[in-house]
Order: sequence, then structure tokens, then C-alpha cells
Amino acid sequence: MFHLVWLIPAFPIASFLVLAIFGTRLSKKAVPLFGVGSIALSAVVSILIMFRFLTSPPPGNHYTQILWTWVDVGGFKPQIAFYLDALSVLMTLVVTCVGFLIHLYSAEFMQEDEGYSRFFAYMNLFVASMCTLLLGNNLLLLFLGWEGVGLCSYLLIGFWYRDPANGLAARKAFIVTRVGDTAMTMGLFLLFDKLGTLQIQDLMHQALLHWAVGSPYAVAAALLLLGGAVGKSAQLPLQTWLPDAMAGPTPTSALIHAATMVTAGVYLIARTHILFSLAPSAQFAVAVVGAATLILAGFSALTQPDIKRILAYSTISQIGYMFLALGVGAWSAALFHFMTHAFFKALLFLGAGVIIESLHHEHNIFKMGGLRKELPLAFWTFLAAGCSLAGLPLITAGFYSKGLIIWDTWSSAQGSHVLWFAAVIGVLLTSLYTFRLIFVVFFGEVKTPVHKRPGLRMMVPCVILAVLSVVGGFLDTPPFLGGVHSFTDFMHLALPVMTEGPAGGMTEILSESFVTLAFLVGLYLAYFFYVQKREYAEKLTAPAIGKALHQFWLSDWGMDWLYERVFVRPIIWIARVDKQDFVDNIYSGMALLTEFCYRGVRKTETGRIRWYAAGIAAGSIIFVAIVLFL
Amino acid sequence: MASVPMHQGLLLAGILFALGLTGLLVRRNVVFILMSLEIMLNAAGLAFVVAGSRWGQPDGQIVFIFILTMAAAEVSVGLALVLQIYRRFKTLDVDAASEMRG
Repeated sequence: MFHLVWLIPAFPIASFLVLAIFGTRLSKKAVPLFGVGSIALSAVVSILIMFRFLTSPPPGNHYTQILWTWVDVGGFKPQIAFYLDALSVLMTLVVTCVGFLIHLYSAEFMQEDEGYSRFFAYMNLFVASMCTLLLGNNLLLLFLGWEGVGLCSYLLIGFWYRDPANGLAARKAFIVTRVGDTAMTMGLFLLFDKLGTLQIQDLMHQALLHWAVGSPYAVAAALLLLGGAVGKSAQLPLQTWLPDAMAGPTPTSALIHAATMVTAGVYLIARTHILFSLAPSAQFAVAVVGAATLILAGFSALTQPDIKRILAYSTISQIGYMFLALGVGAWSAALFHFMTHAFFKALLFLGAGVIIESLHHEHNIFKMGGLRKELPLAFWTFLAAGCSLAGLPLITAGFYSKGLIIWDTWSSAQGSHVLWFAAVIGVLLTSLYTFRLIFVVFFGEVKTPVHKRPGLRMMVPCVILAVLSVVGGFLDTPPFLGGVHSFTDFMHLALPVMTEGPAGGMTEILSESFVTLAFLVGLYLAYFFYVQKREYAEKLTAPAIGKALHQFWLSDWGMDWLYERVFVRPIIWIARVDKQDFVDNIYSGMALLTEFCYRGVRKTETGRIRWYAAGIAAGSIIFVAIVLFL
Repeated sequence: MASVPMHQGLLLAGILFALGLTGLLVRRNVVFILMSLEIMLNAAGLAFVVAGSRWGQPDGQIVFIFILTMAAAEVSVGLALVLQIYRRFKTLDVDAASEMRG
């Protein structure tokens, strides 16, 4: 069974090739057959593998399939090999299943688009790269997938390339993540240089043998890998690309910029968790980055008027929770939140896509309203996902995953009370911006009439994801609510158990109560400002301080402004100044010389055939003369 | 049968070739240019035959037959081009057909 693992990336890559080569010649019916069918097959294979993994796990709870040796140079011998353990099986399952639902949705969503086959080609390439990233057994193969998903992200953000703004957003995403990737590449060089391998399991083994806890090499390598993770997962300070990435088609935002690719950083850190355990300061940095990001992005999400940008900031904030969990050593809690987040955030984006489509591509939530009656199914699914995101107690998946992270932040030996407090404030913010979005879009009077209703292929994935974003949480519940541990137990096949510290007067039930309280306060504030007293919300931004704060948060704490001045403009200035330097003169001199010769030789092209014949005759005479007399 | 000395045969071939080349260069009429080309081809063929007879090998004559075949093909294409040139420019002057200048 496990030897079928190579099929998971193989199906999408084959379909990508078919669509990329013959895409324009295929009919509109055949394109989704390849595009969606391949992902469906991958999903089936990953479900089978998951099933097999649960019923009869392989010896040692991991399985490696070596396909062939990629390169063999001077002891450096990375292989094309896939590694299955609880971590990669779970993430592959989520990626292919959520990916399949989003592909199904896209089959209808993108139907009228002229780049229908191109879209599916990119999406399939993305799924193939993502699975390579997750399944690769060495860091080089992981990096191949890592760059592959980055490329697909770039291609899909700039999918509607006729608008220069989309191209700009795509380049921004590519360049900003490249900053992180540079750090990651240096980390890989460092690891290979010091430990002599990139095969992940060997690497971790070697790191344990050679490096003591807190050794400077371990800290440096962990921090460099964290740099890569921060770039890919849009965490502070490299989060600026994700809100702009919403320029891409909505299914892209759902799949790449919410459910899967942006969690690659979480996967990387979880995969190299031994390295982070050897570098406590780096691991603490992960927690701090996560906590800071979840608060800052939460505030930014409060002020956005664009539905997709709200969701983008919310994604940044929720990945902040995952980083926080990784940082305090709650590995399985991070993965649990990854899974529930993939369900509800994908659904929120799909719901946003339905709304945007039905309102003539309207993105501004203040021009929407009263959609509860107009699009009932979209409303109920969106509500389920929104409640899950905000953490509606007891029944939603988000409550269980986020509650677990928050409790672990307190109870872990590496956790701290400040981080716990930040995470609880984050719940308040999440609840506030989520219900602000829901109240403004679905309640109140109708502002824009609905002109198009979604079909079956768009609503079925929404309903399935809505069910998952509710029941997904019951895989792991706190002791006082049933005490199910199936998810945690499964993750502990691959990841270590969190070390608990002194509880310090807090119990899990108390922590969950604080989370519930924060949720309710956020819900009430949203209800008060956006349903009861709508005018108060406007009054808040009326005074100078309110207006300035609003503007500050709207522009994401002025990060773009800062980067524009600190990095972009100086580089452009230097490039402009340096355009005519010595090296450039050599090259332009070569161009000038070539052009001069061309003008001279052009004179001999008279078009008179007899001159040509004379030239040939003279040439051959000279040539023969040279041979004879020299 | 008394054989012709080789240098005389080669001299004849050289003279024929030079005549053909001169004709090619000084004539403006396409038909004459084609005829000059034929002369040059035959000069080359003659050189082959002479060389073949000098070493008593059949190769020279075989190559000459090749040249004949090639010349026939070339003339058929050439004459077709001549017809086209005449139709297009209403003259057989090659210098009129000098539109492909740089």
C-alpha cells in the first residue's frame, strides 16, 4: 500500500503536463476532467495510505520509498525519495482533500475565464509541488517543492496578467518570500557543511550527536530555517506580501494563500523540531514571532474594508497561533490548528468567492449587506466557518484547536503567561473582526442586488468543508469535554510530547473559560458596533487619534510604507545611479562595435548577383593562392 | 589510341572555366549567364575525365555523369526562374532584379 505514495505527486504533475501542452486544444469539458480528476485520484491515494497507516502502521511508524538518486557528487547524494510518517501523512491528506474540494469549486468558478486550462495547469503543478514538499525525505527535495509552490503562487497571483497591479502583487510575493528563502538556503548550506547530509532523519540524528543544547551552530541553523518559514508563512516581519496576494483568483487564495502553502513554514519547523529543541532561543523566537504576528495582524484585520484582505490578515493571524504553538513545543496542537484552519479558512475564501461572484466582483464589505436571505446556503456555510475561526465554544473545530494551543502556551515548560495573554487577546480580536465581517455582509439592508447564484459544483465543497470545520474539532477535546486524544496520539507517532511546566494557579477549564469570555466580548463588541449602533463605529474613527490609528492599522502598521523607504527606493536609486558604470560600458561598447561592423558589411549587400559571383571568384582565387604560395 | 597529355587537358579545362567565369561576370542577360554556368560545369567535368584517364580509373567518368545529371536539373530550375524573372520584370537583365539589397 505505502509504495503507492509516489502516485500522490505523480497524478497532478501528469495532469499539469497534459494541460500545459494540450490545454488550449482541450474542450471546456475535458479540462476539469484532467484538472480535478488528477487531484481526486491523489486524494484517494492519500486516504488509502492514511487508512492503512491507522490500521497497520509500518515498522517504526515511518516508511521511506526511494525512487532514484537525484545527484551523486563528492559525497553529496540527495535522493528522490518520499518519507511517510504521521506528520507527512496527515498534511498530505489535508492538502489533497481540501485541494480536491477547491479544484471542484474552481471547475465552476473559473468556467467563464479564458485561461481555464492555464488555471488548472498551475493549480495542479501547485498540488504536485506541495506534495513533494511534504513527502520529500531530504531538505533539498523539500526545497524543490518549496520553490515550486512559490513559483505557482507567483503565477496564480498574477493570473489575470493584463492588469499591471496584479503583476506587481505577484512580484512582491515572489521577492518578499525570496528574502526568507535566501535565509533558508544559507541554513541548508550550514547544515550540510557541519553535518554532511541533508537527509532529514540522518540530519536530526547527527545534530543530536554533535551539537549540545544551545550550541551556536544549532541556533544559527534554526534561526535561518525560521527565516525561510517566516517568509513562506507570512509572519512578522515578512507578512506584507500576503494581503496583496489576494489579487489572484479566489480559489487560489483559498488553496495556496490560506489552506496549504502558507502553512509550509509550520511544516518545516515541525519537521526539523529536533533542531529547534537543540536551540531553545530560536524556538522562543518562533513563539514570539507567532504571538506578535497574531496580535498585529488581528488589529489590521479590524480595519480592512476588502473582504479578501480581512481573510488574508486573519490567515496571517491564525498562522501566528500555529507558530506560537510550535514555539512552546506544542507540536501536535500546531498541527491540529493547521488542520482545522485548512478547513474553515478554505471555506471562508470559497464563501467570499461566492459573494464576490454574485455581486459583480464587489470586494468592499460596506457595499454588501443583507445577503443572509439572498444567499442562504452561502450564509450558513460562511457562518459555520466564521464561528470556527472565531472559536465558538463547544461545537466548532476552531474552539478546540485554538483552546488547545492557548492552554499549552500556559502549561508548557517553554510557555509563558505573557504569550498566553497575547493569545487570549488574539481570540478577542479574531471574534471581533470575524463577526464584523459577518454582520456587515449578511445582515442589514441589501445594498447590491445579487445577479448570479452559485451552482452545485461550488456549493457542494462549501457544505463538505462546513461539516468538517465543525466536526473536525472532536478529534481532540479537553479532559472535561470528553477527553478524546486521538489526534494528539496520532501526531505523537512522529512528534515528541510537550513537556509540561508548573501550571501556576491555572487549570485547563479556566483557560478555556477565558477563551470563551474573549470570544463573547468580541462577539458582543461586533454586535454593538455593527448591528445595534452602526453610527458608533463611524464615530470611533472621527477624532484625529481614531482616524490616525485606523489609517495605521489599515496600512498594516505602516510596514509597506517603511519597506518602501528603507529597501525599495534606495535599491532603485542605486540601480539608476549605477546604470552607467565601467562594467556596463564594456557591454554597451561591444554592442556599439557590433553595430558599426554591421553597418560596414551591409554596404556590400547590393542585390546585384554578378557582384556576388565576382566576390566568390575573387575569394576562391585568393584562397587557392594562399594555399599554393604560403 | 594515343592519349592526350594531362597538362594539355587540364589547360583546356582551365581555359574553358575562365571563359565561363568571364561570361558570367560580364553578361547581363540571364540566359547567357546560365550558358556560362554550363560551360564552367563542363570545364570541371572535363578536368575529372582527364584526371580519370591519367590514372586509368573509371571514377572520373562516373563523376562526369553525375555532373551531367546535376546540370540538367539545374538548367530546368534555372530556366523556370528565368521565366519568372521575365514575367516579373519584363526584361532578362539581372541587374534589374536587385531588390534584395541590405
